[in-house]
Amino acid sequence: MNEPNEAYLKLIKEKMPKSKHLLTMFRAFWTGGTICCIGQAFTDLYTYLFSEMGENDVAALTTITLIAITAVLTGFGIYDKIGAYAGAGSIVPITGFANSVVSPAVEHKREGVVFGLCANMFSVAGPVIVFGISSSVIVGFIVIIFRGAFGG
Amino acid sequence: MKNHTVFFKSGIYIEDTATIVGPKEAEGPLGRYFDKSVCDDLLGQKSHEKAEIRLHISAIRYLLNKTGHKDGDVDLCISGDLLDEIVGASLTMREFDIPFMGVYNACATFAESLILAASLIDGGNFERIICSTSSHFCTAERQYRYPLELGNQRTPLSQWTATGVGATMLNRVKGKIRIDCATIGRVVDYGVKDANDMGACMAPAARETLLAHLEGSSRDVDYYDLILTGDLGEAGSGLLRLLMEEKGVKLGEKYRDCGVLLFNKAAQDVGQGGSGAACSSSVFNSYVYKKMMCGELKRVLLIPTGALCSKTSTLQGESVPGIAHAVSFTLA
Repeated sequence: MNEPNEAYLKLIKEKMPKSKHLLTMFRAFWTGGTICCIGQAFTDLYTYLFSEMGENDVAALTTITLIAITAVLTGFGIYDKIGAYAGAGSIVPITGFANSVVSPAVEHKREGVVFGLCANMFSVAGPVIVFGISSSVIVGFIVIIFRGAFGG
Repeated sequence: MKNHTVFFKSGIYIEDTATIVGPKEAEGPLGRYFDKSVCDDLLGQKSHEKAEIRLHISAIRYLLNKTGHKDGDVDLCISGDLLDEIVGASLTMREFDIPFMGVYNACATFAESLILAASLIDGGNFERIICSTSSHFCTAERQYRYPLELGNQRTPLSQWTATGVGATMLNRVKGKIRIDCATIGRVVDYGVKDANDMGACMAPAARETLLAHLEGSSRDVDYYDLILTGDLGEAGSGLLRLLMEEKGVKLGEKYRDCGVLLFNKAAQDVGQGGSGAACSSSVFNSYVYKKMMCGELKRVLLIPTGALCSKTSTLQGESVPGIAHAVSFTLA
């Protein structure tokens, strides 16, 4: 009696409103671009201010700055409004990752520090970390094998 | 299939109602019909869950004060909400010296509690029963979706869980509005897997219950002044119109949806409209109740609809079935 009703599924595919892809892509493009420009501005500023620093250190400092700004914006409930407008534009950059760690932390603070905040902190970002670490290990193995084989 | 339309032989009347809503609902088109509203959806509490419980307590307390009853005058409270293990309603009821039965049918919980209460009173062992449901945008987001502060985009099909409480006091002493019959729906699953597309999940259930009700009560659509679904949303109620037309029943101007009525879709950024256990209860107990009391509406069919899913069931690839129950109100 309750099998998937193909005719109905086809009907809702036709009748229900869909995302406006062009509009959302345009918004994601300009906001994502702006966030990256802000990042670049910090990089330029740090290169100018701390001329003795290496390229890697400047990049790390920029990342830390963006994460700190996002954490504060998330805490004040501003970043979710940016996200609602920007979509992928504010999810893809490092700021999106910071937001995905801070937002469950804020939300679960009420269930205590250990079982609430800490246990749920990576509930959204967890998969990214798992895939990030696993893929870096795999890539690392590939590098070692090929270096060994070709003496690179 | 057997028709599950029940007629209540003894008179079951609405003694009074109470509604309390959040700030967004109060700004909506029905704002002036609600008994009370709060301007901060946290109500000075430490968590939104506590705030929802506070709202629920205030609504029942207000209903008791309004009618001049004490806890002991009420035989039973049948309540529900959307939190895990319906803990909101359960914790609400520790404040009252009233026997309690918790119910859950997602957003159709209000209909379930009304039908249960009416049947119990009809059975003769109960005099006065309070039916109430609550929901809160912030607790529901967390329950079914993502953390509030997560910067993600809502799909165009998503709906906005209503923050509020609606409570109805039913008794057997003759009043103005009578519950004359009700139809209990079954779980209907057409295989929709998108839990955001609640309108599409629930529309088939609404159709089945409405058709069963019309058949079981030998009435037609024109018998009612208003047919009101719970929270199909704008696209979902359009879908129900289409589905009913397939069966040869035309829902005209008399058909409305609580979720659509509750918010101003264009100005309030609520997706397809309101949803949640409080959506049908707050709209019925304020707007519809007052319109019936002043005689503008004489016969109303309320069909709260529920999407039966949890975060786990959706992740495990289950489709989202819908449920709907119909309750018919008439001016006595």
